[in-house]
Amino acid sequence: MKNLIDIKDLSIEEIDELIKVAKNIMQNPEKYSEKCKHKKLATLFFEPSTRTRLSFEAAMMELGGNVLGFSEASSSSTAKGESVSDTIRVVGAYSDIIAMRHPKEGAPLVASTKSIVPIINAGDGGHNHPTQTLTDLLTISYEKGRLDNLTIGMCGDLKFGRTVHSLITAMARYKNIRLVLISPEELKIPEYIKEEIIEKNNIDYIETNDIEEHMSKLDILYMTRVQKERFFNEEDYVRLKDYYILNNEKLKKAKKDLAILHPLPRVNEISTEVDEDPRACYFKQAECGKYIRMALILKMLDIK
Amino acid sequence: MNIDSIRNGIVIDHIQAKKGLEIYDALKLGELDCSVAIITNARSEKMGRKDIIKIDKDIDLDLDILGYLDPNITINIIKNDKRIEKYHVDPPEQIVDLIKCKNPRCITSIEQELKHVFILTDKDKKTYRCKYCETLKED
Repeated sequence: MKNLIDIKDLSIEEIDELIKVAKNIMQNPEKYSEKCKHKKLATLFFEPSTRTRLSFEAAMMELGGNVLGFSEASSSSTAKGESVSDTIRVVGAYSDIIAMRHPKEGAPLVASTKSIVPIINAGDGGHNHPTQTLTDLLTISYEKGRLDNLTIGMCGDLKFGRTVHSLITAMARYKNIRLVLISPEELKIPEYIKEEIIEKNNIDYIETNDIEEHMSKLDILYMTRVQKERFFNEEDYVRLKDYYILNNEKLKKAKKDLAILHPLPRVNEISTEVDEDPRACYFKQAECGKYIRMALILKMLDIK
Repeated sequence: MNIDSIRNGIVIDHIQAKKGLEIYDALKLGELDCSVAIITNARSEKMGRKDIIKIDKDIDLDLDILGYLDPNITINIIKNDKRIEKYHVDPPEQIVDLIKCKNPRCITSIEQELKHVFILTDKDKKTYRCKYCETLKED
């Protein structure tokens, strides 16, 4: 595989293989500790994202490779007006693989057309974030032992939440998936996601603004943050950011084996009292992010 | 009004009335070195009024874009005074640099000399999305 721009670039078989390798790394990390010796990962972060960048860097380091890059556009030549295409051509000469985050949607796709080394999209604006989706899939597989036959609640910002759109796109390919889409009216899932993915794949779904109404049916509860940077209007952000806050009270009717996921960072949408609940999987999910990125780097560099 | 028929060339018929000039520009017919006639507001049994473009040269012209602009347009290929082919153009798989992506968050808004490309994502609904940010083309 040359690049990973969109989760749809991967077949179900490829995703299953990545999950298998990631689980193997979790069990035998020492076996992989020198797999990427003398290889370099460039992390080009044109907008800050501590978690994703550190996860990529930790992944490469645990594979025995090296890391170079920048963590915001102001410390790159972009600040001098350089195009994405030119930056990528230059960095390709210094690295074996590139993980790139950019505030403009489609920037990694442009980069992939100019790059001589594999490009991983580490998030482009509100558009795609395929390694987060892989992280989510690994976490679900790790916690539930399967990726089919699941009722998944998605809660919060379903309009701008790219992780939600990507996860729905990925899950739509598995059998017997049911969705409970929980959001305020203003942050409902976009029509095109409903029409082109959910309905096209005949997935059962319910839309509601009540987080507790269907809680007892859920196998997975995927919480999201209302992201300030996706709003043009400060007032709308302030009004909607506290709409759902998950706490122990709201989890009373939930299944004993529910898995609560969140792509993090959280602001206040999950009360810290939930952190002690064994069903809280979001910190494990962050850890899974490192392992799946290790598996992905190996795949893209064609290292067995 | 009479416009001479052409011996060899292309007649683009059933253009919506008053849209002829738009089609002329989209096909860059001004750059051709042959006679091109635009007839506007011609009587039409089917359409009431229509525009027609006649190109007086046997040339290989990329007409795909007509499938996007107006799929009801009819293309007639004329050879030795006879119509040898008549067809409608299907919506093209992609449209390059004819429409601009209006999403301010799209990479096309900043990247130097990047072409604006829209991809046909739903043939039945004739839906086009930006190749880069997947924003729907607005009507």
